[in-house]
Amino acid sequence: MTTGNPPARPGADLPDHPSFLWRNPDPATSYDVVVVGGGGHGLATAYYLAMVHGITNVAVLEKGWLAGGNMARNTTIIRSNYLWDESSGIYEHALKLWEGLEDELGYPILFDQRGVLNLAHSLQDVRDSVRRVNANRLNGIDAEWLDADGVKEVCPIINVSPDVRYPVLGATYQPRAGIAKHDYVAWGFASVADRLGVDLIQNCEVTGIETAGGRVTGVNTTRGRIAAGKVALCASGHSSELAAMAGIELPVQSHPLQALVSELLEPVHPTVVMSNAVHVYVSQAHKGELVMGAGIDSYNGYGQRGSFHIIERQMSASLELFPIFARAHVLRTWAGIVDVSPDASPIIGLTPVDGLYLNCGWGTGGFKATPGVGDCFAHTIANDKPHPYNEPFTLERFTTGALVDEHGAAAVAH
Amino acid sequence: MQLIPCPWCGPREEVEFHYGGQAHVAYPAESAALSDEEWAKFVFFRDNPRGPFAERWSHAAGCRRWFNAVRDTRSYELLAVYRPDQERPVTT
Repeated sequence: MTTGNPPARPGADLPDHPSFLWRNPDPATSYDVVVVGGGGHGLATAYYLAMVHGITNVAVLEKGWLAGGNMARNTTIIRSNYLWDESSGIYEHALKLWEGLEDELGYPILFDQRGVLNLAHSLQDVRDSVRRVNANRLNGIDAEWLDADGVKEVCPIINVSPDVRYPVLGATYQPRAGIAKHDYVAWGFASVADRLGVDLIQNCEVTGIETAGGRVTGVNTTRGRIAAGKVALCASGHSSELAAMAGIELPVQSHPLQALVSELLEPVHPTVVMSNAVHVYVSQAHKGELVMGAGIDSYNGYGQRGSFHIIERQMSASLELFPIFARAHVLRTWAGIVDVSPDASPIIGLTPVDGLYLNCGWGTGGFKATPGVGDCFAHTIANDKPHPYNEPFTLERFTTGALVDEHGAAAVAH
Repeated sequence: MQLIPCPWCGPREEVEFHYGGQAHVAYPAESAALSDEEWAKFVFFRDNPRGPFAERWSHAAGCRRWFNAVRDTRSYELLAVYRPDQERPVTT
């Protein structure tokens, strides 16, 4: 008796698995540059080291999986409307790079310049906002002041009625701001960096930083010792722990920052809306989820989860602004661990240890800077000298007093 | 919601409390003699451990008194609460 052809392998009719975007190599014994942290900043730094500076003997060490920390947890808002010249420099540099990034990487990142409204709810908010618009324009950054009717025109679903606890009196508007697909951004940087020869090493946690005679010589990891000519730290919420391995204290505190998404909805929200006063920021992802962020949880924490009352407060704020969201269901909530600096500005540059470079303190706003900081940090590492855009953001500024206070423009209370 | 055991009032909901950061940071004894580096350390630098952390809390919507707590920053579990005039207790 014949049974005919053997049954086909399950799934044989499906298309082949797409080719992998990067290799998954074991660590070599030594690299010219070791970047610690495989999030957006680490991957972008490796990409610009290889692409712009021709430094390709580079490893990116990630303790989990690539872009699984804050790069997977942020609300993907991109803008450059900060107050001070120092901040305008680096954030606007980043925004210009975003504008060409899809072509540069040859990878879709769904960068969508749908604009951002930063709402003003009090007379003081209005004064601060108008001042920031003027500062932005002097720095060549697109910015407008809109009154409540202007806000309604840009974003018809927003409630501008005076009968609410915190009425919308107006907003700053940056039309070139927008959102991008965070995973695709990481994968774009990762795949090109990998093609240029960078080793992206996952499940590899740094457990020690070796120095000799005031110079960095390598790192100890859960996958063995790796010698390094230079070590660059891009570990956001875990920067304090890492820097302590090299005997460096940082003026940052790690806090949970929560976000949530709704179920998928029809396109209803055409722009990005942020409110510093009521602590919520909302956009609608390409797929249709409403993406909402809040302020940080007040206490220090490394648990990648936060307090429920922060979510309640954020939901009540968003419902007052957007009554139309009342029937939307929450799909997921989560938290990332952000490293908050005293002046709400980052710390990027050299350290007291030769060959050890620092990129931290981005707090709640690191995603928008991804290409800009990658470019400037790679420049800093390659030349052992800060790029002009990150020169103001030294660790020494907390001793000299030359702070860059961006609490007003950071849009989230720290 | 997490309950925080106020040493005076007993366990109350987290929303009643205000966070005050690291505990046991004394004002410099000879402030006039401090260098810029030492001032920077006092003003801007605080411990940021992943694990037990002695920190200040205020029962802002309750008895309005300050107290100290040792809390694990990984699990958020409160390991001890104690009055500000007491030494940090030993926790395991």
